Amino acid sequence: MVEVKNVSKRYGNKAVIDQVSVSIPKGKITSFIGPNGAGKSTLLSMISRLIAKDDGEILIDGEHVNQAKSKELAKKVAILKQSNHLNLRLTIRELVSFGRFPYSQGKLSREDWKHVDEAIRYMELGDIQNKYIDQLSGGQRQRAFIAMVIAQDTEYVLLDEPLNNLDMKHSVQIMKVLRRLVNELGKTVVIVIHDINFASCYSDYIVALKDGKVAKEGTVDEMMECQVLKEIYEIDMKIETVNNEKICVYFK
Amino acid sequence: MSNGKKLILLSAMAVLLILVFLFTGLGNNWDYALPRRGMKIFAIVLTGAAIAFSTLVFQTITNNRILTPSILGLDSLYMLIQTVLIFVFGSANLTLMNKQLNFVISVILMVVFAGILYKILFKREGENIYFLLLVGLIFGTFFQSFTSFMQVLIDPNEFQIIQDRMFASFNNVQTDVLTIAVIVLAFTSLYFIRFMKYLDVLSLGKEQAINLGVDYDYTVKRLLIVVAVLISVSTALVGPITFLGLLVVNVAYEMFRTFKHSYLLAGSILISIIALVGGQLIVERVFTFSTTLSVIINFVGGIYFIYLLLKENKKW
Repeated sequence: MVEVKNVSKRYGNKAVIDQVSVSIPKGKITSFIGPNGAGKSTLLSMISRLIAKDDGEILIDGEHVNQAKSKELAKKVAILKQSNHLNLRLTIRELVSFGRFPYSQGKLSREDWKHVDEAIRYMELGDIQNKYIDQLSGGQRQRAFIAMVIAQDTEYVLLDEPLNNLDMKHSVQIMKVLRRLVNELGKTVVIVIHDINFASCYSDYIVALKDGKVAKEGTVDEMMECQVLKEIYEIDMKIETVNNEKICVYFK
Repeated sequence: MSNGKKLILLSAMAVLLILVFLFTGLGNNWDYALPRRGMKIFAIVLTGAAIAFSTLVFQTITNNRILTPSILGLDSLYMLIQTVLIFVFGSANLTLMNKQLNFVISVILMVVFAGILYKILFKREGENIYFLLLVGLIFGTFFQSFTSFMQVLIDPNEFQIIQDRMFASFNNVQTDVLTIAVIVLAFTSLYFIRFMKYLDVLSLGKEQAINLGVDYDYTVKRLLIVVAVLISVSTALVGPITFLGLLVVNVAYEMFRTFKHSYLLAGSILISIIALVGGQLIVERVFTFSTTLSVIINFVGGIYFIYLLLKENKKW
């Protein structure tokens, strides 16, 4: 379980995250939603120690994030940020093999390569695994990076807007993989996501942030309510039920 | 051709050039010439390795392939130190002054400067490395202006001596200075070994490196210190020559087309040695000392740099 207790982050005088407390359940997909600038990515970055917090505590399985050894934490938590520009000449397979670094420290054993192969298979990248990263389309690149995170084989997988710039097909593909990670491998997935309907269809738990505070959190059913979403996004919308999934219609 | 073979080829070329340098045109008095040439070649290999090594590490840390560690302002500081020494003590005293002492003073001042720079900058959390580079650049410019100011004031004869030091030269490397340099470089390399495995991961960028369990701030700080020490030692040994690093590291990237630092490191060091030994051969045997090595290196390097800039928009 990830526990965030009274965490704040300030840039100058502005609190981007203001006394946030939230706990993220194990073995579930948790989505962070909210308007731009609500602090979703910042919170995710703090949980994964990419940026330091100013106040409060973050515990992962009862251990303080900042006190844990970075190397050990890398076997437990993996983070993927949204912009992944690489100016390197490396293939998908080589990129995925980087995911084993916390275990191998650069010298991959047969066991490590097995994990790499599995991750590549999981993301269906087998045919193009020897292609160079800079020759890939956006969707393929995103899948390659997610494969790397899978190869890292951590209990917690944090993804910052994994669907950014992806078309419908690739978005669905990635969300399905995340679902499988949780259902089949028992991982805990936390994502920052903008598409409310993807959040509704695929997550178990939703945390809504607004102005650096938790506006509301709850299960999908609790969160996918007209009143709740209106308050968060400040626009009119309707919630319809299609094939047992709650879909938010907000386009007009 | 595989990367392993390329490395073997480069090694063979480096050894061949070194042998040519050592044994051609020896004449009769080889018991006099050989030890002197040996000393020179040793200094060349040492400097070449240090420059290539520090530039590669620096570029990996900054994730930028057109930067050199000279942006930290260390070689400007070296020129300032030399100018101040001559300004204060005069050239007569300086020639008397122990070269060893001069070397030690220069290295210590440069390393201390780098240390203070890092200390101030890393105290503030969240400062990114480009801020460090910016401050280094500003200090470098300041040192340069201050140096030229003093150079304007001093006697023209003394200025000649400074000018002599503005260009890298292997023509008067001293044995005792070389010994200290070897010791310092050996310890630095030993210290570096445990960080070697992080280089590949660091080239993925800060966030990926942290994600993969690299203690980023700790590692980058240590690596920057290694870079500063190497640059200081090689600059104090032969003079400002950091431009060479840019050249050889990029040739290594073009040649090996890989991200693996084991190849890149070995490759760029070998290319650096080839460039320096080859350049020195041309200076001594073709131009018979009518030009200096840095002129040749800067000429070839400059052309290559322009080529690189024109090509960079296409990426590799």
